Amino acid sequence: MPLLAIALLAAGTYAFRLVGPVFRYRLRMPDRLRRLLSVAAVVLLVALVVTSALAEGHGFAGWARPAGVLVGGVLALRRAPFPVVVVAAAVTTAVLRLCGVP
Amino acid sequence: MDMRSFWRTLDRGTLRDIALVCLADMLVGASFGAIAVSGGLPLWVPVAMSLLVFAGGAQFAAVGVVLAGGGPAAGVVAGLVLNARLLPFGFAVADVLGDRWWTRLLGAHVMTDESVAFALRQRDRRRRHDVFWTCGLALFAAWNVAVVLGALAGEVIGDTGALGLDAAFPAVLLALVLPSLTDPGTRNAALLGAVVAVATTPFLPAGLPVLLSLAGLVLAARPPATAAKTDSIPESP
Repeated sequence: MPLLAIALLAAGTYAFRLVGPVFRYRLRMPDRLRRLLSVAAVVLLVALVVTSALAEGHGFAGWARPAGVLVGGVLALRRAPFPVVVVAAAVTTAVLRLCGVP
Repeated sequence: MDMRSFWRTLDRGTLRDIALVCLADMLVGASFGAIAVSGGLPLWVPVAMSLLVFAGGAQFAAVGVVLAGGGPAAGVVAGLVLNARLLPFGFAVADVLGDRWWTRLLGAHVMTDESVAFALRQRDRRRRHDVFWTCGLALFAAWNVAVVLGALAGEVIGDTGALGLDAAFPAVLLALVLPSLTDPGTRNAALLGAVVAVATTPFLPAGLPVLLSLAGLVLAARPPATAAKTDSIPESP
């Protein structure tokens, strides 16, 4: 990860953040585009959840990680606090691996 | 600013929720630092990314792509596409960033899924302002401290997998997006997108499958039948 890549990612990210606060009086984003962008964010985040839970490189990550994420997801549905969700997911995965589940 | 009236506008429940999110994100940030360093990246990489990019999803995506051998360019593209969601967020919270140029520059940088979500839950503009800044600044401090600690630990921990740290990030991300999935149109788009991403993962360079999930938007482009009525109202020019 060279410095240039980090700088590009940082600059682009900051530009996305700054457009709204700077142009809010001059630009009005159409509601349709606003909705599409917010749905796009959810679509990307869910895809990131699923691929980072299931895959390691081009292959299957094994059962321990998705099982941990699933436990975290069920706890989140039951409105458990965020730290509980995170710790439960990591502990589930760690315990499964300790038991020999890949 | 009068600090006493600042704290009075924030009720205890909101402060507790912000603290809990900070704590959860610290665990995730520590995992990020540890995974990046134990994966072979130098210590300054996760630390610099966290200070300058300050967007957990993009950081994990970019580092994940690079550690999977996808190359830095693919990592940057994956991170930027993911962060495009910050653009509409900027319009949503622009009114609480203030009119001075330096508060806008600073406020823009601490804009995250969490600070925006918390701010938008408040109806009153004053409370929105207080909640946004409290959550944004607290999270910036918490995240960066945690990433440094995690990165230092990553030099000692040989195998972050044994601790299950790789499950922390998808879990917190899932907890964050779950409330958005109650809307059927969004849910269908996300499901289709997830199927596309998983199906293409074995064949495509790292980072690309997540971008291809945007194909799921075809299900969101057309409003569902129940929403057709409201949609037929002519849109303002």
